[in-house]
Amino acid sequence: MAINVANNNSLASITALPSAVSGGAMTLLETQTASSSSTISFTSGIDDTYDEYVFKYYNVHPSADGTHLQVGFRDGSTAYDATMTTTFFRAGHAEDDGETYLAYRTDSDLAQSTSAQRLGIFIGSDNDQCCSGELKLFNPSSTTFVKHFIARTSNTYYVDYHQDEYIAGYCNVTAAIDGVQFAMNSGNIDAGTFKLYGVS
Amino acid sequence: MALVKYNNNSISAITAASSLTSGAMTLIKEQTASSSATISFVDGTSDVVLDSTYPIYLFKFINVHPATDSVHFQVNFRDGGSSYDATKTSSVFEAYHLESDDSSLAYKASNDLAQSTGVQRITSNIGNDNDQCGCGELWLFNPSSTTFVKHFIVRSVHYGNPEVYVEDYYAAGYCNVTAAIDAAQFSMSSGNIDSGTIKLYGIKDS
Repeated sequence: MAINVANNNSLASITALPSAVSGGAMTLLETQTASSSSTISFTSGIDDTYDEYVFKYYNVHPSADGTHLQVGFRDGSTAYDATMTTTFFRAGHAEDDGETYLAYRTDSDLAQSTSAQRLGIFIGSDNDQCCSGELKLFNPSSTTFVKHFIARTSNTYYVDYHQDEYIAGYCNVTAAIDGVQFAMNSGNIDAGTFKLYGVS
Repeated sequence: MALVKYNNNSISAITAASSLTSGAMTLIKEQTASSSATISFVDGTSDVVLDSTYPIYLFKFINVHPATDSVHFQVNFRDGGSSYDATKTSSVFEAYHLESDDSSLAYKASNDLAQSTGVQRITSNIGNDNDQCGCGELWLFNPSSTTFVKHFIVRSVHYGNPEVYVEDYYAAGYCNVTAAIDAAQFSMSSGNIDSGTIKLYGIKDS
């Protein structure tokens, strides 16, 4: 075995820490960057290692104006079509201060549907417009319970409004969820960063 | 000084790393319910830390399954005595969506508290079918303060009965006491916590 030496009080070539040294409860598992991408898929690393997984998505910019960022879950096959029941509500505020609202949005929820769930709606495609947020998926490896998730997205609505969007639901399946896919409902994800963390 | 050698690219025999960054979020304690009447996190007991060590504490509850159908998952806080009865004022709102496609977003007056020592509901009616449960998180801010009230915020999601629905549930409030909060206790409104995992994390401020 090669002998590794200390490097100016740091340690080079170390790939694991002993259990006595905590690395923190939140571990970055994967980062993907969209570039005119039709989908962004996380196909590995979602298992029973952690009982909560967190996706962070930011500066998600659509190629088509007024389109939705959406998510689907894979429950054993190759398709991202796990049956979901969900809620969706949002607060909004026009940039010109002409309107504010807080309301449920029935066209963006799902009732026992295999369709994708909207995470950000009517996102603008102006150069500076995008959405950012996070999605928390609880215990996807359970084969006993449904799989709950919660999300919140801050969004530049294409008509120059801000929207604060709240989503929650469950995959109404007892099969494990082992993959998650993000896409726009039309066109591509022109740009954006998607990160997956495990929470120990 | 004894020479510490590398062990196959891991480091053995290290017990402290005071100058190493270890992340801002630390898992303090994990408890698993098994037909449990209560799950309690008490500072200084069973490795639980709930004091001035961290300014923010985060509880996560995952796959909480009640023994009794259509009951509430709830929390209370201890403010110095042995009882979990800190006075609280809180607000609650929820969005729900039935699998049969009815939906609503509304304030939930039946679940809030006004200067009450009673428990705070942190979900609505969780079903006890085999696949039904609730998940969520509770943030508790600066529980060791002896100057300020102690704020908390909750977001949870659960699979409800009897109407068969999903509910996105929000609660927030404060323990209206200046005594330190040194323990939190979780329970169901009726019957036991049949199963579920509850974790306590500390969030650093530096």
